[in-house]
Amino acid sequence: MSGGVLIGLILGTPLIGAVLISLCGRWPNVRETVTLTTAISLFVLVSQMIGPIAAGETLRLSLAEPIPGLEIAFQLEPLGMVFAMLASGLWIVTSVYAIGYMRSNNEPYQTSFFAFFAIAICGAMGVAMAGNLLTLFIFYEVLTLSTWPLVTHNRNEAAKQGGRVYLGILLATSIGLLLPAIIWTYSITGTLDFTPGGILELDSISPLAATLLLTMFVLGVGKAAVMPMHRWLPAAMVAPTPVSALLHAVAVVKAGVFTITKVVIYIFGLDFLATLPLEKFLVYLAGFTVIAASLVALRQVEIKRMLAYSTVSQLSYIVLAALVLAPFAEIGAAIHIVAHAFGKITLFFCAGAIYIAAKKTRVDQLHGIAWRMPFTMVAFTIGAVSMIGVPPTAGFVSKWYIVAGAFQVDNFFVLAVLAISTGLNAAYFLPIVFRAFFQAETVPPAKDHGEAPWPMAAALTLTAALTILFFFFNGPVVDFEKGILEVAS
Amino acid sequence: MAFLGHYNYYIVVVLMMIGFYVVIARGNMVKKIMGLNLFQTSAFILFISAGKIMGGSTPILRDGVEVYSNPLPHVLILTAIVVGVATTAVGLALSVRINEAYGNIEDDLLSEEEPDDFALTQEPSRDDDSS
Amino acid sequence: MTLIEWMPFSVLIPLIAAPVCALLPGRVLPWTLTFVSVLASAVICALVLPMAVGEGPLSYAFGNWPPPVGIEYRVDAVNALLALLISAIATIILPWARVSVNDEVPDRQGPFYALFLLAMSGLMGITLTGDVFNVFVFLEISSLSTYALIAHGKNRAALLASFRYLIMGTLGATFYLIGVGFLYIQTGTLNMVDLAERLPALADDRAIRTAFGFIIVGMGLKLALFPLHRWLPGAYSNAPSMVTVFLAATATKVAVYVLLRLVFSVFGVEFALAMPFEEIFFTLGAVGIFFASLSAIKQTSLKRMLAYSSVSQIGYIALAISLISTAGLSAGLVHIFNHALMKGALFMCVGAIVYRIGSDRFADLGGLAKQMPLTMLAFVLAGLSMIGVPLTAGFISKWALISAAIEAGNGYAVGIVLIGSLMAVIYIWRVVEIAYLQPAPDNADMSRRREVGLSMLIPLWILIAANFYFGIDTRLTLDIATRGAEVLMGMTP
Repeated sequence: MSGGVLIGLILGTPLIGAVLISLCGRWPNVRETVTLTTAISLFVLVSQMIGPIAAGETLRLSLAEPIPGLEIAFQLEPLGMVFAMLASGLWIVTSVYAIGYMRSNNEPYQTSFFAFFAIAICGAMGVAMAGNLLTLFIFYEVLTLSTWPLVTHNRNEAAKQGGRVYLGILLATSIGLLLPAIIWTYSITGTLDFTPGGILELDSISPLAATLLLTMFVLGVGKAAVMPMHRWLPAAMVAPTPVSALLHAVAVVKAGVFTITKVVIYIFGLDFLATLPLEKFLVYLAGFTVIAASLVALRQVEIKRMLAYSTVSQLSYIVLAALVLAPFAEIGAAIHIVAHAFGKITLFFCAGAIYIAAKKTRVDQLHGIAWRMPFTMVAFTIGAVSMIGVPPTAGFVSKWYIVAGAFQVDNFFVLAVLAISTGLNAAYFLPIVFRAFFQAETVPPAKDHGEAPWPMAAALTLTAALTILFFFFNGPVVDFEKGILEVAS
Repeated sequence: MAFLGHYNYYIVVVLMMIGFYVVIARGNMVKKIMGLNLFQTSAFILFISAGKIMGGSTPILRDGVEVYSNPLPHVLILTAIVVGVATTAVGLALSVRINEAYGNIEDDLLSEEEPDDFALTQEPSRDDDSS
Repeated sequence: MTLIEWMPFSVLIPLIAAPVCALLPGRVLPWTLTFVSVLASAVICALVLPMAVGEGPLSYAFGNWPPPVGIEYRVDAVNALLALLISAIATIILPWARVSVNDEVPDRQGPFYALFLLAMSGLMGITLTGDVFNVFVFLEISSLSTYALIAHGKNRAALLASFRYLIMGTLGATFYLIGVGFLYIQTGTLNMVDLAERLPALADDRAIRTAFGFIIVGMGLKLALFPLHRWLPGAYSNAPSMVTVFLAATATKVAVYVLLRLVFSVFGVEFALAMPFEEIFFTLGAVGIFFASLSAIKQTSLKRMLAYSSVSQIGYIALAISLISTAGLSAGLVHIFNHALMKGALFMCVGAIVYRIGSDRFADLGGLAKQMPLTMLAFVLAGLSMIGVPLTAGFISKWALISAAIEAGNGYAVGIVLIGSLMAVIYIWRVVEIAYLQPAPDNADMSRRREVGLSMLIPLWILIAANFYFGIDTRLTLDIATRGAEVLMGMTP
């Protein structure tokens, strides 16, 4: 199969899936089968690309040329490859989980839920495989718009408010900052292709202007949730938990940090960025976000909101790592995209399971719940440990590389941020674990309950297992990501 | 002399301003149309008087005449007059219909008395309806 | 007969068909005649366009009187594209309009369609002619028939709106006439090419400058340039739905065209640069975008909201023109085309909604996505184009406009365009939220709330498809607009 066809199929599969899902709305079992089949075929298709990419082949597909000289084109590179694998693989798990969640909660509008979910995945695939900034922007917006119906799924006043903040911030940043940044780049360089080593050079743009441009990119990619553009993420928590788990812990937010990493490596280039005088300012902003979001998370009582602020904080790890401009840190950024995904999706799955089984949504209601839902709380603990960055979990691997990168360039600010935030993460996760395992139930639940339905329990067990396995078997991913550095330097 | 030599333009300006003022200041629709007519007529006179050449004759070929007035503005303005008459007719017809529908043709009254009716499909909002 | 000799027929066919149409009885005959003549006109335009773009200006002399004595039709990339736009939009609207017109104008449809034909042929005439006085004549033909069309609206408020438009429109046309008078007095010609040759020598003449001012104000009134836009919301929101769709997609665009043609081709770029044209248009465009968008956000009914949105979109075009560069003009021309597509589609959705539920008030729209899913989906998609989301025609406009502004080094223009887009998000998404997330109002007549028929849906979705097609394949729009901008900037018409 030629590369172009493969890329086309990867984009087309979720779209066809979405159409079939909406056609099968009347027969839930058929519909769910379609969802799962689509997810599995997508994963298989994406994994077909590993071989060629590892062998250094170029997979390219060009669809149209909407603006003279600018194509809608796709081209795969290692970073995107990992993101695509991650999103498509976790889509399978999330689908299983979502089926359990939606059914046991008797959610309305399930058909449109699964259909828009598939479209959102298509958006994520497009972002992952984009060959230039224009294409990336297109799918970035697809992702924004297709997740709005998911965020407003409940169609009540809270959902409407959340949807407004969500769409408002994401569109305002992308149209207001990202789009002009892209057009500006284009008017300077005449191209938007992702080019190893970057397309911007000192003789075409002044250092000050380049710093401004970089700032527009970092803040314009609202999905990366760098403060002060982070408010949409807590607002998105009104969505059903499967959406929060896959989209707002993996696909959407990772699309954001992925975009920033791509821009840093392939548009600016590490060498060029190192010459910018004020680039440090953005490092401080990301560092501030890491700490501040952790502090806010500390004060949250809603589990999902706490997790959302934790995500804000973890995303800025990645932005921070990308902006450290050290080779190891770039690898760390790429690996943290994966590591955080496993950990955070587990945590969200657990939050959803607790809600479905016990109808509990608050941190202070969890006394002794571990004895009723042991699988869930063990998984939660693993996810929490990964967030803190303690072995043997995925979070440790990426943190290791980021720290190594910071040492490469003697950036002690980053080291300090990492140290403080590790402490803060422990401060808001460990009390929950402690409460769930070692404190007695204060109020007995209205209805005696055990674990959540089996699809949910299975899904969260699997992702928890992945979190641990990634600690031991991260070699292939790391080797793969080293490819970026070879390309970049 | 030069001052008086352009008297046709002064007449045009005076007529034009009177007409313009009436259109803007008067609420009565018939008066508005009258003002509009004045305004248009001033433009017609501007054209026609420009076609006149001092000492020129009517633009008909005949012996012994060297200088003719320019006939083109007359032709153009003939068209414009037709347009003006048509506009007046449409305007008057609308006034009649408005009178039938509302019982008066005072523009200010209509937008003050029934702000809802002017925009039947929306709540009154201050900035739109007074023109 | 060569192709160029067919060209005047794109104006003449509807003009001649109009009086016949007025006499036809019933409902089917007038509609059929209208559709056939509009379609014929569109076909001619489609055939002429490639030639006009490829071979440069085509000229046709009426009655074999050679220009500049006789009236000349002169077609190049700019007006060929616009003529095609007008006739194609009219062709798409008519099948859509049948049920809507039956509902809103139940009797005497012959005269109604005759007026429509007159309005359309007037707009075509303005577009194609190369004679400044002829522009005035066609302007009045189209305006007079438009006043009458608006007065056909169901509410009595339509009469008021029509009258107010008549006053403003006539003032605008007369201003234009006075400007033309000054031009004629100073140059002795009315032909655009001839004028363009004679004007540079008179660039410092005060009468010529006065003429420039009169023409700008006159056309500013016709194209509803902020703050001369007050007639537009009333006219758009009270006219029959079909008339609104047609006017929103074409009428103001034609006035923009006249302005562009006269300012850039006849007066010339240097003349415009010597006058405070740039500053005035930039300021009015920017202020217009902002305040009209703000008004759109404040509205509580669809037609008025979209009408204000139209005013703000005209602000974009004014902003693009004010850059006085090829890139800017090309952005303006592309937006003229793309905006016709999106606003046409949006007003078609509104027309369908009004046809079904008899109201366009926000309060009545709750839950409509459930009962009219295809119409509301079309509204969302056209709305996305309005906002300027990638893959839509609106995105191409925004891209062209922002690039032109960056090229001109005008950061304020970039800012105001982006602010306008974000305000569009607010007013479009308000409607989406109501239709998709709110339940139907308690007093809703559920029997009437159902999807409209195919005769409405197909034209609507053709326009939606066009919105996406021209967002992906821009060879037709962007290339011709660039060519047109070059023609306007560098050459005589």
